Amino acid sequence: MFPIVSKKKYNDTIFELEVEAPKIAKNALPGQFAVLVAHENGERVPFTLADCNKEKGTVTFVIQVLGKTSSYLLNENLQSIPHITGPLGIPSHIDETKNHIVFIGGGLGIAPLHPIMKAYHQIGKKNTCIVGFRNKNLVFWHDRLSQYASKMLITTDDGSMGEKGLVTDVLEKEISIQKPDLVYAIGPLPMMRAVSEKTQFHGIKTIVSLNPVMVDGIGMCGACRVTIGGVTRYACIEGPEFDASQVDFDELILRSRQFKKEEDICLRDYLKNGIKK
Amino acid sequence: MNIQKKRNHFPDRKAEDRVKDFQEVGLPIDFELAQKEAGRCLQCKHAPCITGCPVEIKIPEFILEIKNAQIKEAYHIIRKDHFLPSVCGRVCPQEKQCERLCVLAKTGEPVAIGKLEKFVGDEAIQKQYNQSSKIKTIPGKKAAVIGSGPASLACAGELIKNKIAVDVFEALHKIGGVLVYGIPEFRLPKKLIEKEIGVLKQMGVQFFEDSVVGRTIVLEELLSEYQAVFIGVGAGTPLFLNIPGEKLNSVFSANEFLTRINLMNAYAFPEYDTPIPNASDVIVIGGGNTAMDAARNAVRLGAKKVTVAYRRTENELPARKEEYHHAKEEGISFRFLISPLEIKSDESGKAQSVVFQKMELGAPDEKGRRSPIPIQDETELIQADMVIIAIGTQSNPLLPTISPKLKLNSKGYLMVSENLETSIPNVFAGGDIVTGAATVIQALGAGKKAARQILKKLEKE
Ligand SMILES: Cc1cc2nc3c(=O)[nH]c(=O)nc-3n(C[C@H](O)[C@H](O)[C@H](O)COP(=O)(O)OP(=O)(O)OC[C@H]3O[C@@H](n4cnc5c(N)ncnc54)[C@H](O)[C@@H]3O)c2cc1C
Ligand code: FES
Repeated sequence: MFPIVSKKKYNDTIFELEVEAPKIAKNALPGQFAVLVAHENGERVPFTLADCNKEKGTVTFVIQVLGKTSSYLLNENLQSIPHITGPLGIPSHIDETKNHIVFIGGGLGIAPLHPIMKAYHQIGKKNTCIVGFRNKNLVFWHDRLSQYASKMLITTDDGSMGEKGLVTDVLEKEISIQKPDLVYAIGPLPMMRAVSEKTQFHGIKTIVSLNPVMVDGIGMCGACRVTIGGVTRYACIEGPEFDASQVDFDELILRSRQFKKEEDICLRDYLKNGIKK
Repeated sequence: MNIQKKRNHFPDRKAEDRVKDFQEVGLPIDFELAQKEAGRCLQCKHAPCITGCPVEIKIPEFILEIKNAQIKEAYHIIRKDHFLPSVCGRVCPQEKQCERLCVLAKTGEPVAIGKLEKFVGDEAIQKQYNQSSKIKTIPGKKAAVIGSGPASLACAGELIKNKIAVDVFEALHKIGGVLVYGIPEFRLPKKLIEKEIGVLKQMGVQFFEDSVVGRTIVLEELLSEYQAVFIGVGAGTPLFLNIPGEKLNSVFSANEFLTRINLMNAYAFPEYDTPIPNASDVIVIGGGNTAMDAARNAVRLGAKKVTVAYRRTENELPARKEEYHHAKEEGISFRFLISPLEIKSDESGKAQSVVFQKMELGAPDEKGRRSPIPIQDETELIQADMVIIAIGTQSNPLLPTISPKLKLNSKGYLMVSENLETSIPNVFAGGDIVTGAATVIQALGAGKKAARQILKKLEKE
């Protein structure tokens, strides 16, 4: 059992969950994730470790309400989570040879950027951070990230905060001011693909963090298989970070819809009947 | 004395009933039937059957107790050698082991040793002959066991019996390895595994789920806290064919398909959250036991047509005869001498059909097995809205990648000495992570053997 320390709601769809998990907190490194089972009949769902407090022994997840697991975690008055496994995945390679890094986060994707940005900041690198949201009400954690960025840029689709437009437009401008050594992009697949196309054009190395469907998270099922440079890779044990220019995004987008119908059935069943004990 | 040449019949549920649910195929065995079968045992002094058993159960002894109606005694005879009779009685390939060497097999049918083991195990659970008390362990001596499959369970059992405190670390959220994530409920009911593992818990073995060694705790941490470590992490990483279309939706590895159903109870979706899509035409590629398990699960999930496609012929089929036979009874079709070339997609990115290459058998290789070779320009298209790839597994790279001091053999499995010690002193290994995919009983045997070596080392210290 993993006791819940706090739950903070940012808006209707995004909330933060801090959980006591001393062993995970002790070994966690930037870029890693954990697999969480929310209740005894629950799915195994991967969530990035958005933050961890090694002294307190806690880890923080930022979760977007999409299906049953996330709705359950937000709506129910829970004391603890039955199962959390982690830290999983290969930690981010913090590349000391890079001096200027641009971090791009789309929506929820800004949370996983947090530990990586912090790591680069701690070794004295210059970070530029571009985060994009649909509108002002959905903005979260930009203050937390700005501690580690020498420049913080926000875009919204409707212009209600920061610049109106897409993160890629802002990226283009930043590249024209000073070409970064490395780009990190985490967010929805179409956003990561758009960033990747742009940075490939400019010849800038770009890392993305993928979150395909997973079951075990330890390399035993192959649900998380992705095509990287024409080769099959298991995102759970060989990722989740990959060189963006090698990722087959079209395939990933198709695969990400694999259980859409079932997820809707499951969510509707939960909203109607609650959890069967 | 006139010995009945044929073994007694141990009935299964009728195929048309059992395909409608996930309940066990074999029916419970009653005492009269077990006793009658036990009466066939010749009680051979040289007991060749025992040499066929990787954990060397005193087979004639426990059978004699059944004949004498002393089931509790029968259970404790088996228990001296392993803790999982209800499991092994169901899943061991007895026809290749103990029963193959039974003297009766020369002139008729061997004693149904597996069925008798199942009977004893089930009775022990039901009548609680398996109740155990906590063992007082020797202070200052502790062993860590990684993984909780049969190899690990056997190792933990042997150590605790000899008063060594044991902590088991399992990556998943349930204990049992392939027993809980791979082997289907209808062959091996989960509640039996839980009961048999319960014995270890009663004796004082501690189990820690959600603990990935290499990530949650590293091997070096374990070595500073425990005097010995056993690695039984299995050979769980599925192989794929590397053909076009393998990442289409509704294409699964057998491991994923079985894990969703067994470990995650997807057959009871949405009561359980993990889904498995509906399919009407399922193709399973492969011919081993895992392929049989996947196909038989697909039938139970309601598929209209399930086809197993194997690139050799019926004669080479690696699956156990009993499983093949059960699969055929359940309406599964078999297509031999075809090998997949490509999986084709519908407009939504989901599998729609499989293109197969027709094959014929070539000359025998050095092992005497005839390899399939393609017949030029002969292909065939078979409809399928779900494709399950069951062509085997390989070593899980997670732990060795993180602890590079663990030396691997040329196939990627852990290299061990004759005593099952790895390249790191006091770290032992056994089961599928050493041998590649094998059997439950071989894993039990390896776990037990490693435990004995650990005991020797700890005695010296
Ligand atoms: C579908 C299927 C059907 C089978 N049917 C039969 C049968 O009928 N009869 C038979 O005899 N054999 C059968 N087998 C084979 C048999 O199950 C295996 O040979 C046996 O389970 C191997 O045992 P093991 O202890 O080595 O590993 P496993 O049972 O594979 O257990 C390994 C455990 O280690 C855990 N693990 C992995 N990495 C780590 C880590 N880093 N840290 C902590 N834990 C970790 C895994 O989660 C797993 O629980 C079948 C196999 C499959 C896949
Ligand atoms: S999630 Fe199962 S192999 Fe990656």
